[in-house]
Amino acid sequence: MMSEIQLAGFGGQGILFAGKVLAYCGMLADREVSWLPCYGPEMRGGTCNCSVCLSDEPIGSPVVESPDIIIVMNEPSFAKFIDTVKPGGYAFIDNTLVEAQNTRTDIHAFAVPATQLAGDNDLAGGANIILIGKLIKETGIISMDDIEAAIRKIVPAKKEKLIENNLKAIKIGYDY
Amino acid sequence: MKGNEALAEAAVRAGCKCYFGYPITPQTEISAYMAKRMPRCGGVFLQAESEIAAVNMVYGAAASGVRAMTSSSSPGISLKSEGISYIAGCDLPCVIVNVQRGGPGLGGIQPSQSDYYLATKAAGHGDFFMLVYAPSSVQEMADLASRAFDDADKYRMPAMILSDGLLGQMMEPVSFKDHENPPDNKEWACVGHKNKRPHNVINSLYLKPEELEASNIERFKKYDIVKKELHLAEEYLTEDADIIVTGYGAAARIARSAVNGARAEGIKAGLIRPITLWPFPEQAYAKAADTAKVFLDVEFSMGQMVDDIRLATSCRRPVRFFGRTGGVIPTTAEVLEQIRRIAKEELK
Repeated sequence: MMSEIQLAGFGGQGILFAGKVLAYCGMLADREVSWLPCYGPEMRGGTCNCSVCLSDEPIGSPVVESPDIIIVMNEPSFAKFIDTVKPGGYAFIDNTLVEAQNTRTDIHAFAVPATQLAGDNDLAGGANIILIGKLIKETGIISMDDIEAAIRKIVPAKKEKLIENNLKAIKIGYDY
Repeated sequence: MKGNEALAEAAVRAGCKCYFGYPITPQTEISAYMAKRMPRCGGVFLQAESEIAAVNMVYGAAASGVRAMTSSSSPGISLKSEGISYIAGCDLPCVIVNVQRGGPGLGGIQPSQSDYYLATKAAGHGDFFMLVYAPSSVQEMADLASRAFDDADKYRMPAMILSDGLLGQMMEPVSFKDHENPPDNKEWACVGHKNKRPHNVINSLYLKPEELEASNIERFKKYDIVKKELHLAEEYLTEDADIIVTGYGAAARIARSAVNGARAEGIKAGLIRPITLWPFPEQAYAKAADTAKVFLDVEFSMGQMVDDIRLATSCRRPVRFFGRTGGVIPTTAEVLEQIRRIAKEELK
């Protein structure tokens, strides 16, 4: 089975980091993984995206054309990627920042006010991980054990507070 | 790890002691990694004032017998070609990394494979070749960088890692193998003779044509040995294949997925992936041409490796081409469509 995931938003929202967390989870679950950032002119314009593939077979192209799952954290990313999701796929939308409504009925779309939730819980910058929490609950492609291990692996051990915050963010998203 | 970082770490582990670079997208992570890593392992990191300066620093370091590397992306490699020719003319080992982007000119910054001719045929002026390696994964970015240092020393010639923006920027899991310390047996190196032996001279200037001719003939004798000993290719499902899809580096990943797709539809497709581009693994193609009916070459370019496939197969089979260029990445679906079309039109 292959899961292709597209994450997109503004620079600074932790899009690349969230993608890295997902890729690490795949690695911990002994799956083939790839992570590809945008590094082109769109990056210079302030928007940012990355593609993550999790697969049981060796991965060919790391470029994601029609994702199974998208996480979108701003209006331009929503407009750009919502129509690319495979029928039956999932969209996780930060509706604190995205006003547009999903009109597709052939995908599972979840609007989560992630930025609002992050602010309310003193987790500024944690909206990305809140959305990952929701993704874990709805898609089941990653286990809670793996996500915790991945966060502990990526965030430096000396930043214990950051690790706690990320784990808290996962739970908020999962329970939303 | 990113492909660029994996390559840099492998270079350090292979005994690279001097890195000279100049920033350019999409290879700058190599410089950034070396800037952090080199001072901690007793090596030298230096950001030169230009690509030309960087390659000439490699020239000097290599002449003193040290494992040295520089890296750049396509336009920067053009600038380095004078220095590469001098290094080859002096029979010096070094590693040059090209994380290709679209061209010609400043082109773009997206992944491309349009420097195949530059790497394998025209790395600079004069009668010479470089070893050219084409990694296809982050793991191979590491493994081939390590191997390139060993082979460059073994044959006393420059080696190029021909990568692209996709492999440089993407992350995949990677593991590093133990690497034996490079042997300290470079008797030709300029390290000070201490009045105990004659001077070693590193020079590419021969004003007498007969002497230059003799040195070139000597170098080409070495190339004959290299061609016999070093020709790496991966063959996948080729034995019963009617259609051989082929491509190097990142293009081979997409070609492989398309081959799997074709097999699922009952089309007998296989893959040849050259790992060394010079020497070109002609043997794999010649063998496949005995049984396969048609070849399909897939590149991120207008078609540069296609000539070498025709030569390797002595034009015994048609060689079709599909490529996207300028930084556009072909999709698996596009390549599969080409395989289907060939199966329908050319296999009866």
